[in-house]
Amino acid sequence: MAADTLVIERLNRTFTSPAGDVTALSNIALKVKKGELITLIGPSGCGKSTLLKIVAGLDSDYSGTVLLNDKPIEGPSIEKGFIFQEPRLFPWLTVEKNIAGNLSLKDSKVRARVDELIALVRLKGFEKSYPRELSGGMAQRVSIARALLRNPEVLLLDEPFGALDAFTRAHLQEVLLDIWQKNRTTMLFVTHDLDEAVFLAERVVIMNPRPGHIRTVLPIDLPFPRKRASQSFQELRRKVLSEFEKVEEPAVDRDHGAGI
Amino acid sequence: MEKAAATPLVKGKAGTRRRLNMRRSIQLKNILLAAALPIAILVIWEVAGTMGKLNPILLPTPSKILEEFVSLTASGELARHLGISAWRALLGFLLGGGLGLAAGIWVGFSYKTERLLDPTLQMLRTLPHLAIAPLFILWFGFGEMSKILLIAKGTFFPLYVNTFLGIRSVDGKLFDVGRVLQFSKWHMITKLIVPAAMPNILLGVRLSVGVAWLVLVVAEMMGSSSGIGFLINDARSFSLTAVVFVGIIVFALVGKLTDSLVKLLERRLLRWQDSYKGDGTL
Repeated sequence: MAADTLVIERLNRTFTSPAGDVTALSNIALKVKKGELITLIGPSGCGKSTLLKIVAGLDSDYSGTVLLNDKPIEGPSIEKGFIFQEPRLFPWLTVEKNIAGNLSLKDSKVRARVDELIALVRLKGFEKSYPRELSGGMAQRVSIARALLRNPEVLLLDEPFGALDAFTRAHLQEVLLDIWQKNRTTMLFVTHDLDEAVFLAERVVIMNPRPGHIRTVLPIDLPFPRKRASQSFQELRRKVLSEFEKVEEPAVDRDHGAGI
Repeated sequence: MEKAAATPLVKGKAGTRRRLNMRRSIQLKNILLAAALPIAILVIWEVAGTMGKLNPILLPTPSKILEEFVSLTASGELARHLGISAWRALLGFLLGGGLGLAAGIWVGFSYKTERLLDPTLQMLRTLPHLAIAPLFILWFGFGEMSKILLIAKGTFFPLYVNTFLGIRSVDGKLFDVGRVLQFSKWHMITKLIVPAAMPNILLGVRLSVGVAWLVLVVAEMMGSSSGIGFLINDARSFSLTAVVFVGIIVFALVGKLTDSLVKLLERRLLRWQDSYKGDGTL
């Protein structure tokens, strides 16, 4: 049994506004093992992004326990790699300098790692390109490499492929799985795409809104690489979907990202 | 197969060359068009002057001005005055621009400093140079100090305002990236804020450099024994209108030259920008 990298217990988060308080997260409990790939899925407003921001240390206004390697979260740090929905690259830096960030490429160790990561995210030949010359998918791969360079204990991904077209998204999902299989980085992946959630995860955490809470956690014990068209895949997909329909308005398909 | 593939390639090359030639001929045409009006004016001016239709004291002919230009250059007088003027402009710009940049960064960074400093600075900004100049001369005399400080006052504000604006318009989303990557405060400034504000900072530099030359003339005309401004003023009092013209032309040339230098710097530093540059074919 691998140790728990991330432990979340009795987590509550309330947003206060003049119009009244809104409970974004209610009594969340989740344990993530080292090297695990978990997807968080739920309709908008279920608090999945808020949960990710709390783990990242970008939001500290919560009550409850959040432990990373048995230590409470104290603000953002490189231990918690964060991939935003947009790549958020520095437009004035080339690809390799964006990945290096505040680290110097003159350091031979950094240099070697950056080159390694550029190969890993399949961007060889684009080291000296500026972000404006990249497609959306390429830019997002740069931001993944930027997070991985810091050897994070956990990689937090906030709908990272949500803005990409279906083909690019499928490609990046494979790139991400490839990285995960090579590095065994612990990943927490937020999505609103059913297929994506089932395709990537070892466990799917299904969240529901008002107030945001974990409805259920579903293990996906399909071997990699997974075939989306296979019957077992479709069965699990239906199973995840049915978890929404139990509480959501019936006949509303929450799956925005069908296809592929 | 191979032949078929080769043919379009050759055509493509020829096409590129033709396009290049076309662009060059368009450029040439543009230059000729732009020069047509000034040349026509110069020719008419020269002809009218030699025919005695113009008062040579008020409007010496272009050839006379050129003659004066050559003789002033040959005697080294022009170079001496220009050197002194450039030195003053540079010192004033470095002092005022440097302080403007620092103040812009400081005020841009902190809302508290903004509330403390900005209202006062904005008030000072609106004071005309001509109104301040007598005071500076009273305080610092006719020496270099008053001139350099006057230029510094002029160059401070374009850099201050634009740096401030640049910092305040940095994309807030990138700050989150800096936090997630655990940037130190120093790295936040050097790796994030200053590069992001660079387009505005360079605009400030360009405006400041322009102001430096403008204020320089004011400063040198108020009282000085050297510099291009003095040359103009001195020539005016002796009715050497051709020399006045030479001084004005030198100002125009140097102003354009320094502006081009800053533009070159801009192009180098802002290579990453993805903005409309004008496609040049119209």
